[in-house]
Amino acid sequence: MIQVEDLTKYYGLTVGIRNLNFQVERGEVLGFLGPNGAGKTTTMKILTCYLPPSAGSAKICGYNILDNPMEVRRRIGYLPENVPLYLDMKVREYLEFVSCLKGVPTNRVRTASRRVIEQCGLESVHHRTVGKLSKGYQQRVGIAQAILNEPEILILDEPTLGLDPKQIIEIRQLIKNLGQERTVILSSHILPEVSQVCNRVIIINEGELVAVDTPENLRNRLKKSSVIHIKLRDSDMTVTAKEILSGIEGVLMAKEEPAAEGVKIFTIESSPERDLREEITQKLVHENLPLLEIYSEELSLEDIFLQLVTEEVS
Amino acid sequence: MIKLAVIYIKELKYYFKSVTAYVTTGIFLALSGYFFFSILSYYNLISYQSANTPYYRANLNLIEGVMRPLFGNISIILLLVLPLLTMRLLAEEKKQGTFELLLTYPVRDIEAIGGKFLAALTTFTVMLAATLLYPILLEIFATPEWGPILTGYLGLFLVGCTFISMGTFFSSLTSNQLVAGVSTFGLALFFLIIGWAVPFVGNTFSRVLSEFSLLRHFDSFAKGVIHTKDVTYYVFMTAFFLFLTLRSLESTRWRS
Repeated sequence: MIQVEDLTKYYGLTVGIRNLNFQVERGEVLGFLGPNGAGKTTTMKILTCYLPPSAGSAKICGYNILDNPMEVRRRIGYLPENVPLYLDMKVREYLEFVSCLKGVPTNRVRTASRRVIEQCGLESVHHRTVGKLSKGYQQRVGIAQAILNEPEILILDEPTLGLDPKQIIEIRQLIKNLGQERTVILSSHILPEVSQVCNRVIIINEGELVAVDTPENLRNRLKKSSVIHIKLRDSDMTVTAKEILSGIEGVLMAKEEPAAEGVKIFTIESSPERDLREEITQKLVHENLPLLEIYSEELSLEDIFLQLVTEEVS
Repeated sequence: MIKLAVIYIKELKYYFKSVTAYVTTGIFLALSGYFFFSILSYYNLISYQSANTPYYRANLNLIEGVMRPLFGNISIILLLVLPLLTMRLLAEEKKQGTFELLLTYPVRDIEAIGGKFLAALTTFTVMLAATLLYPILLEIFATPEWGPILTGYLGLFLVGCTFISMGTFFSSLTSNQLVAGVSTFGLALFFLIIGWAVPFVGNTFSRVLSEFSLLRHFDSFAKGVIHTKDVTYYVFMTAFFLFLTLRSLESTRWRS
């Protein structure tokens, strides 16, 4: 669907992006992750044929962005970061205007705008002026204009920026629904968002590719040790709990954490390839220690991101 | 072509749904009306005074005495008003970021620019057509010759085309409307008065300057003469600045 080879962009002497290589398959929802100024927007602008790359090439649906920009533009829907809309137009009027520009046949313009109004939940505001809508609704209008031409590829630049938590959830749901039938590229620096919505993540920093993988694989790759937390009721026996835990084979370290009265909390580190949860519970039950809670800690995307980005710097 | 028409209609709606068209047309008509009134009053005074001298009377005519100076004045008002009409064309969209989105649609540059240029041109034509009231007033009370009046209007239309294409060009260079407006005004005024230097610059160069002068080419239209040379001049100037606009759009892509 999308093939990017050695894509490079210089802004004068500063590097926008350098030698990006990645591929996106049909039906994927790809997350573009990176700190501000990492080159997310630049990459998107190049893929939408707004900026030409300084070097390298990108193909969208088999069309080169430099040789066949019109074919590429026909196949993409794009929502820029700051959601630029014609604020003086009515929602329906705006959507009909855009669908004409996107080459929707004249007799289908009304149907197309009615379809996106329904898809994006704009029924209640379709007769209102765009400039007077709330930020959340403007964002929806922005997404609506992107899908007017039923594009195979949807490119969204920070689609949840500046929304309140309820609106963010709604927009994410909308993107998930849209991602079922088309390829979506989505940029964000909100990490949980990416792990929720995307099946694959690209992490870039200072214009260079740091990692491409599924959120799960990234997590596994970076697990240097696995951590298990357990909570026990404080009984007379627990004096020996630490010794018991340290005695289990595979445990690297068992540490007692400060806890409220009546309970004890331990953090247990083990080598990543072994899951010790079963052994620990059996052992504790065997020793008749009252186990209240046990869970293994997962690396959040935040940790992965920080780890990758800082590794790259050092 | 459909896309050009769609952009044209959208821009035209912007002019006529907001106050823009009404304010510019209103001010334009108020000023040109005042000029018409004062020129006509002066003409009246002269014709009373020359009532007794047959020699003066023979030389009086409405084209030379009223319409020609009026056309000259209207061209100056256009110089002030048209940059205000054109400065937003692209600058506003660039500032709001809507232009970036427009350029990612399957729309060719020429369709976007063409639609915008034609919308401004239409607004200007409506404005200019409203001033036909003045020669119609003359027609009611006297018998002006319509030939030179119509060629004069053709001349003003062509001058307007040139100003609007300059305005479109400057609007494509910047995202600041004020900069676009002032630059348009400056360049248009420069081409209007470029002929003033003609007597002082020597033979060859003076010929070049006078061929570039907007006023000189307008003169023959006001006299009632349609010269291919003059029409070509305006058409060429308009096409040239529209061409520059297209180039400037292209360059914003690789320069950024």
